[in-house]
Amino acid sequence: MKAKIRKIVTFVDEALMEQGQAIAPPLRRAAAVAVIDNPFAGIYQEDLSLLIDIGEELGHLLAGRAVAALGAEVQSYGKAAAVGENGELEHAAAILHPKLGTPFRKVLGKGAALIPSSKKRGGMGVVLDVPLGHKDAAFVRSHFDGMEVRVNDAPRANEIMVALAVTSGGRPLPRVGGLKTSEIKGEDGLR
Amino acid sequence: MPDVKVRKFLLTLEEILHEGGPPAATPLRRAAILAVIDNPFAGKYHAEIVPFMEDLKPLGLDMARRLIAALGTAKLVEAYGKGAIIGEAGELEHGALWHAPGGYAMRELLGAAKAIVSSTKKVGGPGARLDIPVTHINASYVRSHLDAMEVGVPDAPRAGEIVLALVMTTGARIHARTGGLAARDIKGEDGLR
Repeated sequence: MKAKIRKIVTFVDEALMEQGQAIAPPLRRAAAVAVIDNPFAGIYQEDLSLLIDIGEELGHLLAGRAVAALGAEVQSYGKAAAVGENGELEHAAAILHPKLGTPFRKVLGKGAALIPSSKKRGGMGVVLDVPLGHKDAAFVRSHFDGMEVRVNDAPRANEIMVALAVTSGGRPLPRVGGLKTSEIKGEDGLR
Repeated sequence: MPDVKVRKFLLTLEEILHEGGPPAATPLRRAAILAVIDNPFAGKYHAEIVPFMEDLKPLGLDMARRLIAALGTAKLVEAYGKGAIIGEAGELEHGALWHAPGGYAMRELLGAAKAIVSSTKKVGGPGARLDIPVTHINASYVRSHLDAMEVGVPDAPRAGEIVLALVMTTGARIHARTGGLAARDIKGEDGLR
């Protein structure tokens, strides 16, 4: 494996009630986070192909962890990365964008929609808000959401933390209209 | 659980492969389960709160079972801890209700573990973090297992809620090398050594 992993953290958030209303079945959201060495910390590296390959590895590994932790059919997904202070935002982009999506979707079986993403540079304990969207139709309004993840001792200056999140559904009590899951055409990943 | 209203559970599983030293043959796993519940005593001073401890017992067992499932089996569990964060309309004493149901649930499922379950608690707002102390399940003085795990829930506790937490780990700190009582030297008589 090209990625040098220090730790993997998995989160499972199971919501049973919101504002006094029961959520049935409970809404589950799972995230898997890998904390890895940043091979390009402290230097300017023109060719980021090593990080691109690492993104592919992590797409497979973290998707497997997150889906296993979710224990339900995946409806929405998202990804994010936080680069330690000796790295640059472009390192996060190299991991997240070129090759991570294909193995992630392969684990899910499907996923026509763009995988919503966010990235930042930060110190240890930085909060990553992983954006979430429906995996087959990005415009499904009930599934616009986000999941916060945080690892208290990461990223160190020379590390990157990479997070994938999956859910069993949209927000707990969606009622702001828009495209519904029942109306997905599933042709273009948007509607 | 007649009187316990759970809004959400949050399970965190850490798998630590190294921390700058040689990667361990078996990664250390640490898991925390948090339950966000209604605080039935929020907003008012109640002199009598003890019966709620009994109500919390089934929840404690459910949470301990979830933790063991996350780590694999009860046999793998070597250390534990517990804690509570009380929302702003509650008081620290409400968190103390968790000591017996949380602790005894873990000890029961771990085969009558001998050591006291180390703990901490505080009053805090949504997103408050709690450093849960972790010690060996049979001998509190085992130095390699003195550890802690930071936990918290981004949107809890709200003012009228309590976050209840249990933590279990599968072993020593990943690069433990500061001497002291070793796990292999446990006498196992008093829960301390």
